[in-house]
Amino acid sequence: MSKTAGSLLSPPELFERPITAKELDDNIYLPTESFPTKTWWIAMTISGIMLLIFGLSVGHTIMVGIGTWGNNNPVGWGWAITNFVFWVGIGHAGTLISAILFLLRQKWRTGIARFAETMTIFAVICALQFPLLHTGRPWLAMFWLLPYPNDQGIYPNFRSPLAWDVFAVSTYFLTSLMFWYTGLIPDFATARDRAKNKFRKAVLGVLSFGWNGSHRAWVHYEKAYLLFAGLSTPLVLSVHSIVSFDFAVSVIPGWHTTIFPPYFVAGAVFSGFAMVSTLIIILRKMFNMSHIITDNHLELMNKVVIVTSMLVGYAYAMEFFIAWYSGVVYEQFAFINRMTGPYWWAYWSMVFCNVVFPQLLWIKKIRRSAVLMYPIIILINVGMWFERFVITVTSLHRDYLPSSWDYFSPTITDIGMFVGSWGLFLTLMLLFCRFFPVVAVAEIKAQLPNAQPDHGGHH
Amino acid sequence: MSNEQKQVGVVGVFDDPNVLYKAAEKVRDAGYQKWDCHTPYPIHGLEKAMGVKDSFIPYLTMGAAFCGLITAITLTGGLNAWYYPINIGGKALFSWQAFVPVMFELFVLFAAFTTFGSVIVFCKLFRWHHPLHDSGLMADVMCDKFALVINAEDDKYKEEATKRLLEKAGCSDVRPLMENVEEDGGLV
Repeated sequence: MSKTAGSLLSPPELFERPITAKELDDNIYLPTESFPTKTWWIAMTISGIMLLIFGLSVGHTIMVGIGTWGNNNPVGWGWAITNFVFWVGIGHAGTLISAILFLLRQKWRTGIARFAETMTIFAVICALQFPLLHTGRPWLAMFWLLPYPNDQGIYPNFRSPLAWDVFAVSTYFLTSLMFWYTGLIPDFATARDRAKNKFRKAVLGVLSFGWNGSHRAWVHYEKAYLLFAGLSTPLVLSVHSIVSFDFAVSVIPGWHTTIFPPYFVAGAVFSGFAMVSTLIIILRKMFNMSHIITDNHLELMNKVVIVTSMLVGYAYAMEFFIAWYSGVVYEQFAFINRMTGPYWWAYWSMVFCNVVFPQLLWIKKIRRSAVLMYPIIILINVGMWFERFVITVTSLHRDYLPSSWDYFSPTITDIGMFVGSWGLFLTLMLLFCRFFPVVAVAEIKAQLPNAQPDHGGHH
Repeated sequence: MSNEQKQVGVVGVFDDPNVLYKAAEKVRDAGYQKWDCHTPYPIHGLEKAMGVKDSFIPYLTMGAAFCGLITAITLTGGLNAWYYPINIGGKALFSWQAFVPVMFELFVLFAAFTTFGSVIVFCKLFRWHHPLHDSGLMADVMCDKFALVINAEDDKYKEEATKRLLEKAGCSDVRPLMENVEEDGGLV
C-alpha cells in the first residue's frame, strides 16, 4: 500500500490486526442486532434516573419560573449559560473530527468520526435546553428568537449577539444533523441487508432511504460529503466565535476582549476531544472494538488535547497580561479578582485541570494508555466546565457599583438541570449505541488493505 | 408473495476491486449506457472507468449559498433598516458589519439543505426496490462484494453477448439479474 502523504497513520497501522469487511460488519453491527448486554442496562438505568432528574428540574423551572435558579441581580447568567457554552463546546470536537480532519485527509479520523459526530448532535441538543429555558417562557421563545414580529410589528434586532447566536446554533445543529445522516445512509443500508426479521428490514430500509450502493450514486454522495465537510469547517469556527460574541460584544470587564473568539474555539476543541476520549474508551471496551479504535487513535487525540491545552493556557495568560497592559483599572480588578477573589477556587481548578495536569500527556506511556490518561481526561472535562463558570460568573458578580456586588450559589434546581442534562446526553448516546452503527463502516471498508484498485492510489 | 421472477439483465459479481475496475472499462468501451456498479463503499476512480461525469452538486450548493446570503441581507437590512428602522445606540441603520454573522449562517444553512436534498435527488434515493434484492445479491454487495449490473433495457444488450463480455472482462461469476413479478412491491 502506498503511504498517503499528509496522513499521520497509513492504513495498515489503522487496525491492530488484519480484518476483513465481513468481520468488520459482524463486529460493528453486533450490538445493534443482539439483545443489549447487562452493562448497557445498568448504564441505561443510571442515565434514565438522571434524565428523570432533568425532567423534574425542567418541570420545576417551567412551573415556578427561573427564580428557582441561583441567578441574582449582578449574576444574571448563572449556570444556565455556563452549561450552554460547555455543551456547545463539547459538540465542536465532533465537527472538527468529521469535517476538518476529513479535509486534511487524516485517515485515522474514520474510526472515531461517527461517534464524535453523534456526540455533536446530542451535545447541541443538551446545549439548546439552557438558553431556551433561560428565556423563562420557552413556549413563547420562538416569538423572541426567530425573525417574527411582535405585536407592535418590531422584528428582532439583528445587531444583537443573542440574535446571531440563534442563527449560529440552529444552523450548526441542522447542518451537523444532515452531515451525520448523510454518513449514516450507506451503513443503514448494510444493516438493512443483514436484518433477519421483516419489520427490522423495513425500518432500516426506510432509514437507509433505499440506498443500493450504485456507483452513479456514490459519485454524487462523495461530492456532497466533501461539500458538507467544507461547509462545516468554517461553520464550526463561526459558531463558537459567535457564542463568544455573547460575551465579547458586551462592555463587562473580563468579557470585552478580542481574544475571545479564537480562545473559545480552542477551548471547545479541547473539551470536545476530552469528551470523545472519555466516552470512546468506555465504548470500545463495552463493544470489543479496541482493534478498530486503537491506542494509536487515543494517542493522536491526546496530541490534539496537548496543543489545545497550551492554546487555552496561552489565552489565560494573555487575558491577564492585556488586562494589566491596557491600564484599565476595571479590567485589572476583574482579573485579579478572578485569581484571588471569592471564586479563586474555581479559577485555580480551571488552571490546574486545563493547563497543568494535561502536560502529563507529553509522556508517551500515559498518552497511549487508556487507564493512565483517563483521570487527566476527566479532569479536563471538569476544568472546561469551570472555565465557562469562571468567565460567566466571576465577571458578573462584581459590578461597577460595590453596592450591587453579590455572590452566586447554585440552587438544587440548577444542580438538577446540570446533572439532568448529562442524563439526557447519556441516554441519547446509549440509545444510539444500541440502534445505530457506532463506527462509519462503509468509510472504514474503503480504507482496508486491498480495498481500492492498485492504480487508484496516488503514488 | 409470489416467487415468480423474470430476468431484467445480467449481473457480474466480483471479489476484487481491480477486476471490477477493468471490467467497468470494458463495459464502458463496449458502449453500454444502462449499467451500473454496486459497491459497499466508494471505489476511487471507478467513475472514470465507468465514464460517469463528475457530480454537479457543487454548483447547486454554491447557488443556494448565494440565495442564502441574499435572503440574509434582505432579512437583516430590510427589517432593521427599512421595514421598521430601529436606532440602536445611534449606529447606522444598515450597519452591515453587524449583520455578517447572520449572513454567514444563512449562507451555510441554505447550502447545507441544498446539498442534502441533492443527495436524495441525484443519488436517486427513496426508491425502495432494486433487482439486486430480488436476485439475493444485495446483502453481499452491501458487505464485501461488488456487482456490475447491465440492464436488459440497454440498446446493446444481448443476453449471451453481454454475459460473454463480462466473462471476458475477468468476471468468474456472471448471473442473470432477476426481478420479482408482483404488483404490490414491498418496501425492500
